[in-house]
Amino acid sequence: MKTVILKLKRFLDGLFEDPLKLVDDVTDSSGLPVVPDQKTGDPIWVDVREIRMRYTIPIKGVYPYIDSLRKGRLAAAKCRSCGKIYFPPQKDCPRCRVSDMEVHYLSPEGELVTWTVINVKPLSFMHHKDYVVGIVRLRDGINVLAWIDIDDPAKLDVGVRMRLVVDKRPDENYITYWFKPA
Amino acid sequence: MRNVAIVGVGISRYGYRSDSNLAELAWEAINEALNDAGAGVEDIDTYIVGNTGVWSSEPLPAVVIGEYAGLQPKNGIRVEAACATGLAATRTGYSLIASGEADVVLVVGVEKMNESTTPQVVELIGRAGNYFWEFENFGLTFPGYYAMYATAYMKRYGATEEDLCMVAVKNHHYASLNPKAHFQKRITVEECMSSRYVAWPIKLYDSSPITDGAAALILASEDVAGKFTDSPIWIRSWGYANGTSNLSRRSDFIGFESTVVASRMAYRRAGIDPDNPVKFFDVVTVHDAFTIAEIIGMGDLGLAKRGEEYKLVREEQTYIGGLIPVNVDGGLKGKGHPIGATGVGMIVDLVKQLQQRADKGRQAPISKGMALAHNVGGTGHYVFTAVLSVDKP
Ligand SMILES: [Zn+2]
Repeated sequence: MKTVILKLKRFLDGLFEDPLKLVDDVTDSSGLPVVPDQKTGDPIWVDVREIRMRYTIPIKGVYPYIDSLRKGRLAAAKCRSCGKIYFPPQKDCPRCRVSDMEVHYLSPEGELVTWTVINVKPLSFMHHKDYVVGIVRLRDGINVLAWIDIDDPAKLDVGVRMRLVVDKRPDENYITYWFKPA
Repeated sequence: MRNVAIVGVGISRYGYRSDSNLAELAWEAINEALNDAGAGVEDIDTYIVGNTGVWSSEPLPAVVIGEYAGLQPKNGIRVEAACATGLAATRTGYSLIASGEADVVLVVGVEKMNESTTPQVVELIGRAGNYFWEFENFGLTFPGYYAMYATAYMKRYGATEEDLCMVAVKNHHYASLNPKAHFQKRITVEECMSSRYVAWPIKLYDSSPITDGAAALILASEDVAGKFTDSPIWIRSWGYANGTSNLSRRSDFIGFESTVVASRMAYRRAGIDPDNPVKFFDVVTVHDAFTIAEIIGMGDLGLAKRGEEYKLVREEQTYIGGLIPVNVDGGLKGKGHPIGATGVGMIVDLVKQLQQRADKGRQAPISKGMALAHNVGGTGHYVFTAVLSVDKP
């Protein structure tokens, strides 16, 4: 369990273990995977099949920008023909209809535009404490959405100066990026 | 292009429907719509199913529902546009008739969200934006996306969490008068204010619930509408637009450009003054997935001045008897938000409003004969607007 990948798998396995054990017992004793609905008592057939989805996402077209995270830099794509900066980066410029992009390292400094605190988390983030997500307008004029590392979100305000960090996220142990108050 | 009429409407009870599967729930609405139109399945040329799925077990809902409803071998397909699936499906049904391809089309929106656990649904809706850049690393949620609009709007214009709660109070009030609504109880601002945060500053009571439900329409060409009803409601115009998938690619967070574009398209096509649409409508639905969505939606639609939307709410101008009645079916907040059914359910209620057969206590006065439906997918990712009228265009 070096990174979030196996850590999350075991967390989810643990989460579903007890409820499924109950269904397993009921199925074994009654012959059918039918249990009463927890709220209404209506008979519910609990799916005996489980589907596990983990996507494999091609990144060849944006590899230079992903790879730059290893160098501690967040990179956008800049069209060599028209100069437009794309973040998130993309391989093609639909304005010019050409695919000639260069790596444009984004300024690590910016100002907070808006934010929220995620109190009720998605299943795959339930192993985290409440986290702050914000959108920061960087000096380049580019907006970046990321977590904000701050103990007390009440200290945040529109226009608060932020600094980008590119590093391994603690606990999850893969490289991503977040903001800290500057 | 031919004119298209709505000649029958039906809606299931919205709520936690552990008693019904997807096809049974769809049939509940289809059967009511067929009865309303005095039609049978043999009258249907083709059908459209609005369903987002993923949380429910059937991957081919149009086929499953077609078989259950006795429609096979008639053709039907699923249309999907996130939470705007309902109006997107209705627009597709409309186009089939307007183009001359079909005379009578059944549109049914249906969602069985409670086939999955709440944390799973939170995960799946949280992915509705740009998965790779905004969910994979940052775990956003549906209220989280809207919360970023709420924060920016409140900071800029001085609206408070109490103002947001007043939207919830109004919509629960009308839901309590709607026997098909998910929530049957009124709430107070205090109850709303003391509910827990789901994505600060959005609280549980600011949020539409996870709902199962279905709604259906029978659409007919002007050539055959008279066969079904003497009082059809006409689809006057459509408007539609999309927003960026990445929220970071938007410039400010005080409104949806997609709603502005979509509504102006619908207004232009219906001859409605975009500077004063309020004077054209008796009643409107504004997509209130969260209370902030109703507030910014009113500004985007031109129903209130930008930055002053919440003042109309404070002054109770969006109740019946006020400047413009908004979401008098209970809205997504009170009636419920069964994703694929929501937009269709809006049309069902606006048709009943225009025909002056809404439930007791929530019938808006009808004098102008026009209504507006506004259905948003995701966080301004898709927007559909429809203008309905009593008079034939
Ligand atoms: Zn270019």
